[in-house]
Amino acid sequence: MPKSRNLAAALLSLAIFAVFVGAWHIATLPTAGTVMADTEYAKLLGTEAAGGQKSTVPGPKEVALNMWKQLKDPFYVRGTNDQGIGIQLAYSLARVGAGFVLAALVAIPLGFLIGMSPLIHQALNPFIQILKPISPLAWMPLALYTIKDSATSSIFVIFVCSIWPMLINTAYGVASVRKDWLNVAKTLEVGALRKAFTVILPAAAPTITTGMRISMGIAWLVIVAAEMLVGGTGIGYFVWNEWNNLSLTNVIFAIIMIGIVGMLLDFAFGRLQKLVTYVD
Amino acid sequence: MSAFKDPFDPAVKLGPCACGGHASQHEHDAAAAVPAAASDDLYSHFVESAVMRALFPQDGARRRFLRAVGSGTALSAISALFPLGVAKEAFAQAGKIEKSSVKVGFIPITCATPIIMSQPMGFYGRQGLNVDVVKTAGWAVIRDKTLNKEYDAAHMLSPMPLAITMGVGSNAMPYTVPAIENINGQAITLAMKHKDKRDPKQWKGFKFAVPFDYSMHNYLLRYYLAEAGLDPDKDVQIRSVPPPEMVANLRADNIDGFLAPDPVNQRAVYDGVGFIHLLTKELWDGHPCCAFAASKEFITTAPNTYKALLRAIVDATAFAAKPENRKQIAEAIAPANYLNQPVTVVEQVLTGTFADGLGNIQKVPDRINFDPFPYQSFAIWIMTQMKRWGQVKGDVDYAKVAREVFLSTDAARLMKEAGMKVPASNTKKFSVMGKEFDPAKPEAYLQSFAIRRT
Repeated sequence: MPKSRNLAAALLSLAIFAVFVGAWHIATLPTAGTVMADTEYAKLLGTEAAGGQKSTVPGPKEVALNMWKQLKDPFYVRGTNDQGIGIQLAYSLARVGAGFVLAALVAIPLGFLIGMSPLIHQALNPFIQILKPISPLAWMPLALYTIKDSATSSIFVIFVCSIWPMLINTAYGVASVRKDWLNVAKTLEVGALRKAFTVILPAAAPTITTGMRISMGIAWLVIVAAEMLVGGTGIGYFVWNEWNNLSLTNVIFAIIMIGIVGMLLDFAFGRLQKLVTYVD
Repeated sequence: MSAFKDPFDPAVKLGPCACGGHASQHEHDAAAAVPAAASDDLYSHFVESAVMRALFPQDGARRRFLRAVGSGTALSAISALFPLGVAKEAFAQAGKIEKSSVKVGFIPITCATPIIMSQPMGFYGRQGLNVDVVKTAGWAVIRDKTLNKEYDAAHMLSPMPLAITMGVGSNAMPYTVPAIENINGQAITLAMKHKDKRDPKQWKGFKFAVPFDYSMHNYLLRYYLAEAGLDPDKDVQIRSVPPPEMVANLRADNIDGFLAPDPVNQRAVYDGVGFIHLLTKELWDGHPCCAFAASKEFITTAPNTYKALLRAIVDATAFAAKPENRKQIAEAIAPANYLNQPVTVVEQVLTGTFADGLGNIQKVPDRINFDPFPYQSFAIWIMTQMKRWGQVKGDVDYAKVAREVFLSTDAARLMKEAGMKVPASNTKKFSVMGKEFDPAKPEAYLQSFAIRRT
């Protein structure tokens, strides 16, 4: 019964969430500390420190209240360094989008070439194998130094990290198109270009979109780190700026937002994948 | 004495003395002797005037010549023949700002107070500048973004422009410090658990954080430890950690303490994770910390913008130097757009009435102070420490680098205009932890330390 299972799963999800929030709430309950006699001194400290404690992790209630406050006004601009969460997310998405599209423009044609020609595959393979495992952030100092522009550098980092899954998946998808189909195309004397677009592309499309989906996931992971490194704008900068203020409520809020946007991106590519998949 | 007449004005008569304003050379000398430090402007007019007088001993001939060709042509003709560079700079003084939209990078610490406050409090606007102050994640990034020209000028640690100019830790590029941002204002903070270890001799095996390798913080901490007999490279570990991450690391017990810029120290107290062991003022009262830095290229290609910017910074520094303005400044720079700190933390730093983390309220009004004058002896001291700890190898032409990087002349002129007291000399003697430093003998000073890497 898939319907009753859906319901059960939803209930179980809710229960897990409730347990998690409950545990969080209990773990962050303020412990009774010594109250300072000197009120003038206590006024100079944070609330926890005034009670003789280290400051603590915020509870779920504080985070929820803060979330509401931030989401109510997501597009404010109070100067270069203080802008709403909506604007920061838009900056990050724009960077990811630009880097991702550039990577797709390079990776998909190159992947086709590699997939169709075993010679090129063998010639390029060593380079791909060496470049693939490099953490994209390791490119950052070099990029800043050579590109001489921090915004372009972060786009470059996204480009570098999202190119490999797309390239490898495209090559694999193209190389593993069923021989029968290629043979049929050959007997019908289809031209090379027409063969690429009408036979290979539809056949390899599901694998290619899988590569794109993986790339997008990685790009979204990397942008946060890249923006924390370079600063200025974006969701990564938001995290860094709130870390600077040791405001964990805002950091947790940002973490949740990053998760939600990442999920939506993945969902979108999941839909795209379904669209291009066919059943034999 | 405003009688320095324009020698390129055909309507002006030049008198018999050098400047033309006096009845005789003798009288001129007497008048000139009073304001001994005539500003650069007056000085260059004097030079031009002298040149014109030499070319045209007869005043009538000079006036006829100027009427015939115009003063612009005359000037260019004469510039071609005479080194009128100084004079040209003086003309540029009144000129138009080349670039009214300027980007200045900063790190969110109170050292950057003059750079930051100039935006919300309108010091940039008053100079006709539209300045975007951009918060930046760390020193390496601010250096790279400034070298990239994404920023026109930036907040840097005062040793950084020296390091950049000498090509230490990056490619060599001529860099300048037109103004120091702040003096004092740093502190050593230790984790709460070390409450009873107030003697540095007990600190063997400690892990410390400083903001950057090329920072006053690094040199002062090393100096302090070495005076206590600890070798900073062997007996303790010193890491470079960006200021925002310091309190988080102290809290997580990753480090035992740090010598950091404020508000980091005060923030550690505010969050109950550390206490202030000492203020760096106790090591060297009046030490420089951060600097307002610009590339030599910027100050030569956009001299008027540079001057307007520097004037704004000097004015802001003069304003910040007055204790009665500090509360107002704290409110202006604490919001999320700038430091992103609770107002009380910034206020405690700027006013010097602060909780030390051990239950006492201390009152140290000059905990942080503001004095823009870039003494060249500061630069020389910094270079001795760079060499002491092996960051620079070989011979260093201390005086030359100091002169090229720490631009005291520009700061002096603008400080005078802002109504501040200008020091009589570019160098001064000072003492660090009771030991006198003579800027004339840097090598001897360096050799006098028992613990060093040379």
